[in-house]
Amino acid sequence: MASDRIFGAVVTLIALAYIASATQIQTSFMADPVGPKTFPIIIGAVAAICGIIMTLKPDEEPEWPELKTMGSLLIAVVVLVGYAYALKPLGFILPTAVTAAILSYQINPQPAKAAAAGVGLSIGLFVIFKFALGLSLFGLPKFVTG
Amino acid sequence: MDLLSNLAMGFDIALSPFTLMLAVFGCFIGTIIGALPGLGPSNGVAILIPLTFSMGLDATSALVLMTAVYYGAMYGGRISSILLNIPGDEPALMTTLDGYPMAKQGRAGDALVISGVASFVGAFLSTIGLMLLAPLLAGVAFLFGPAEYFALYLLAFATLGGIGSNNQAKAAIASCIGLGIAMIGVDNNSGLPRLTGGNMHLFDGIDFLVAIVGLFAIAEVFFFIESHGKDTSIGVKLDKVTIPVREIMGSMVTMVRSSAVGFVAGILPGAGASLGSFLAYMTEKSIAGKKGGFGTGVAKGVAAPEAGNNAAAGGALVPMLTLGVPGSGTTAVLLALLMTLNITPGPTLFTDRPEVVWGLIASLLIANFVLLVMNVPMVKVFVKILMVPPWILLPGVTMVSFVGIYSLSGSYFDLVLMVAFGMLGWVLRKLDVPTVPIILGILLGGNMEDALRRAMVLSDGDWTYLFSSGISIGLWTVAVLGFVAPMFLRRYLTKPQRITD
Repeated sequence: MASDRIFGAVVTLIALAYIASATQIQTSFMADPVGPKTFPIIIGAVAAICGIIMTLKPDEEPEWPELKTMGSLLIAVVVLVGYAYALKPLGFILPTAVTAAILSYQINPQPAKAAAAGVGLSIGLFVIFKFALGLSLFGLPKFVTG
Repeated sequence: MDLLSNLAMGFDIALSPFTLMLAVFGCFIGTIIGALPGLGPSNGVAILIPLTFSMGLDATSALVLMTAVYYGAMYGGRISSILLNIPGDEPALMTTLDGYPMAKQGRAGDALVISGVASFVGAFLSTIGLMLLAPLLAGVAFLFGPAEYFALYLLAFATLGGIGSNNQAKAAIASCIGLGIAMIGVDNNSGLPRLTGGNMHLFDGIDFLVAIVGLFAIAEVFFFIESHGKDTSIGVKLDKVTIPVREIMGSMVTMVRSSAVGFVAGILPGAGASLGSFLAYMTEKSIAGKKGGFGTGVAKGVAAPEAGNNAAAGGALVPMLTLGVPGSGTTAVLLALLMTLNITPGPTLFTDRPEVVWGLIASLLIANFVLLVMNVPMVKVFVKILMVPPWILLPGVTMVSFVGIYSLSGSYFDLVLMVAFGMLGWVLRKLDVPTVPIILGILLGGNMEDALRRAMVLSDGDWTYLFSSGISIGLWTVAVLGFVAPMFLRRYLTKPQRITD
């Protein structure tokens, strides 16, 4: 109940903000009858109405995970974002091994297996991508290979 | 005979050794993807698109490869449904209803063979249906102007929201999220940026592949972390595989009937494969009556949804190729593939690029026979793949997704965006908000707005032009009905729930 109400309210707020920013869209001199503003405003309006409906008529509450699981999901997100930033400067193999190992540990908390999965996936995928599919990937950081 | 000469041209392309190899390879990969628990056809195809793109295949080859993967995943989906009671995606849910009880009775092999044959019948008949119907529909599609296209896009969102989901408001919100995202970037008409918040990365808009991979693949990883992979441990052993000839023959009528039902359901834009397997199962259940024993593990209960599901997969290609409107989540992903390859689906595809269309149809026919061979005698090979534990599989999927998206643009921004879409996908699925309309919105948003604006240019701003032709009035009516009617029918059409041990 509460989740749907909150979600509905958030959708409505975002939709209103979206409409507000749509009204700020610059129009050019070659305007057509509809212009660049109308369609985004319609979308925003429909979303806002649906958001209000959700707030008024919520479904049953979903089962949210306990705090500990939420924590591990948060860690996963942080690790994935870090991976996104690390992929270019640090090359493929190192960040992939670390990220894959952490994700693997989160799914099945056994450190030895997780580490093996990380290293195995990292090297295995690198070989497939680089040599079988011919993608241009850098395996190691540039300052190592020179 | 136009059809035969076209088909001959198609086979000419499809039977070249390279294309044939791609089709076989695609079938193999597709079956693996379908069989892996937690990887359905849509996320499987989604994570492969960026890779296909960076491999530099030409349009026909890429299309043949990915549709083979698509068909393969539809076949493979039944393996995890039957053995593990884990449907890879929504349509496969119906197969678990009789498939898993059958496997528990020690008849896993029979269930796999029957469903394999049923998949073949469904996919084969619907490919023939596609061949006959698509050129006809392409002819009709020439009559479509911008007003009709606008109504058609609306119809797709309406049926997807009405039939495909449990709550109209939530489905509409999902469509709006997608459409809203599609608006971001430089406006096609005026050339000025819209809704970018001044962020340079957003001037090109948000790449639909980033959204698809995020919503489907990355969100799946979060679900596995949440459940700690617990869902996957129960399974049924497969001993020996024999061919239950009598049961296959006995359910042949069921297979043909279900194929017809599935094909028709698949053609409906927006409704797609889940409706196909659902309707096929329910039709057969009511024909068989109480004595039929549906739900306890009978051959027909396995044959019907599989034939329906695969026939719907073929049917869904009809509106996708002729009108550019996908009929299911996976065809939405295939539409994304076409757009990436710079092929514009629509009636002109049949006249301008016949080699693409007919090469594709011929490869589908070939893929079907390859898949039958792979999935009946060789089914044990794929069963082995189920043994891959989620703590290896899911990190692997994540890494493939990252490399795929990274190879498209080489920017960290898209990767971060993908993770954000993954989080969004997790929250939305928790709240029972469907994610397929988002994909459809991102894919079709630009076209939908263009159609509206062109219609208004033609009519000089007169809004009644949108309802001025018979076709558009018809489409609007179906759209409204498709969205509203399920609210009242829902009481009668409750979906069977997944059985638990």
